Amino acid sequence: MNKSELMKTANEIRKGAITGVYSAKSGHPGGSLSAADIYSYLFFEELNIDPKDPKKPDRDRFVLSKGHAAPGYYAALANRGYFPVEDLKTLRHIGSYLQGHPDMKHIPGVDMSTGSLGQGVSAAVGMAISAKLSGDDYRVYTLLGDGEIQEGQVWEAAMLAAHRKLDNLVVIVDNNGLQIDGKIDDVNSPYPIDKKFEAFRFHVINVDGHDFDALKQAFDEARTVKGQPTAIIAKTIKGKGVSFMEDQASWHGVAPNDEQYKLAMEELEKAGEALCQK
Amino acid sequence: MSEVKKIATRESYGNALVEIGKEHEDLVVLDADLAGATKTAIFQKVFPERHIDCGIAEGNMMGVAAGLATTGKVPFASSFAMFAAGRAFEQIRNSIGYPHLNVKIGATHAGISVGEDGATHQCNEDIALMRMIPGMVIINPADDVEARAAVKAAYEYVGPVYMRFGRLAIPVFNDESTYKFELGKGVVLREGSDVAIFATGLEVYESMQAAEMLAADGINAKVINIHTIKPLDEELVVASAKECKKVVTVEEHSIIGGLGSAVCDTLCANYPTPVLKIGVNDVYGESGPAVQLVKKYGLDAESIYKKVKAFLA
Repeated sequence: MNKSELMKTANEIRKGAITGVYSAKSGHPGGSLSAADIYSYLFFEELNIDPKDPKKPDRDRFVLSKGHAAPGYYAALANRGYFPVEDLKTLRHIGSYLQGHPDMKHIPGVDMSTGSLGQGVSAAVGMAISAKLSGDDYRVYTLLGDGEIQEGQVWEAAMLAAHRKLDNLVVIVDNNGLQIDGKIDDVNSPYPIDKKFEAFRFHVINVDGHDFDALKQAFDEARTVKGQPTAIIAKTIKGKGVSFMEDQASWHGVAPNDEQYKLAMEELEKAGEALCQK
Repeated sequence: MSEVKKIATRESYGNALVEIGKEHEDLVVLDADLAGATKTAIFQKVFPERHIDCGIAEGNMMGVAAGLATTGKVPFASSFAMFAAGRAFEQIRNSIGYPHLNVKIGATHAGISVGEDGATHQCNEDIALMRMIPGMVIINPADDVEARAAVKAAYEYVGPVYMRFGRLAIPVFNDESTYKFELGKGVVLREGSDVAIFATGLEVYESMQAAEMLAADGINAKVINIHTIKPLDEELVVASAKECKKVVTVEEHSIIGGLGSAVCDTLCANYPTPVLKIGVNDVYGESGPAVQLVKKYGLDAESIYKKVKAFLA
């Protein structure tokens, strides 16, 4: 996909995420919107995947370690063709397969059930080890929150990933700077994130998580790294794309009301139209 | 009669992994810096490339095992019961149990028979913790023959399995040439109709000896080895209760949440029967030689004999 298409797709992902959260009257819009461009790049450009064959053995794996960003993840999968976009409206509804957090048993395209922070990255390390053991050349990607990396398990996983020289593993940190209780550096600062991963013997790339040229460069670079895993620290804006949600911790885990939903969708529609005129 | 051969079931675990590993390339063993103690070092020696030492990080190890299982490998994640079921409970619950992944957990050093290491390392809570996870199979073998067969059965079963092994060398009483392990099936070791004794793990042999003492007093105890605690052989539990009218459970585990609770759950729903639960009485263990601890905490044959007698009086 070219850059313009990726931007349009990211806008569709944002619309899907907002629609899902609005329909559920609960969920996590902030971290879904901050990751929307990353989702767009991964699912429409980077990953070797096939929605017609969601479990093909040689597919690249993706683990959403920050599982609460499911609304954006599901919107990406739906737009990629794993299930109908219309189904996003059933998010978190009783009886729906679109669980509040990713459920690999019921959602096509989901490689690992996640939601309890710090755990997805370990599973991603297990998948990468498996590929090394079998000589398979699929790659493994996992997206973490910057608050999530306060979990000790993340660093247990990072230590093992570097120790086993997992150059088939890419850890992406969605560095939107906010967590439920406020700014990450007020709550319990994980900074410097890049230096921490460097100290854990990762190849580290700092990138603007909303810039598709930069994302392309980062993921291309990750493919050339040998003998160590890569960490892409993506600087992002929480709530990106909906003006009143941007950079607000309060939009971490609440749904928009009717009026806010209307406003948000109008903004996103407008952004989409502007992208089409480009 | 010559001295009974004694083997710790953790040895059986290590040896069985090698046997199965020879036949199945998808078997992968994980450990958390306890390979010498959990005996996965035996496997490591033969298959170094398929032995992944995760270091002292049990939570991560469970997640890594989950990831391996999603790709078709059959991981055996190994640590002490305390750090597997205890420390990594939530990783097992959310990353293994919830997605029902094909991960096998080899938990050694269960119960107070850990001995000298004391209370911090004596896990009397693991069966209770694992029982609460939907879809988790729990196996607590009684001797070397059963333990090795159990590991094979765990490999063949598709889904999460928690296997409980001990540090202490215990008598090998099953005959390998005739022994068959059936997942979820209790084994009647001795017929009797005065009382049904359900035992698990190292308490099976102790209960058999207690039954002999009871027999000398004219009490005929039926002794049943419950190697699979979940799913429980409910049919056998209820039938034995109907036959004997009085039930005793014996386990090297807290009286809360383990075999005793599982048996009571079944009986109160199907055939209410008086039950005496013998186990660790809601207390922590302590340091000491394993055999002395088993006696001190009332889990040796003589203690069982006395408690059953008092229960029947």
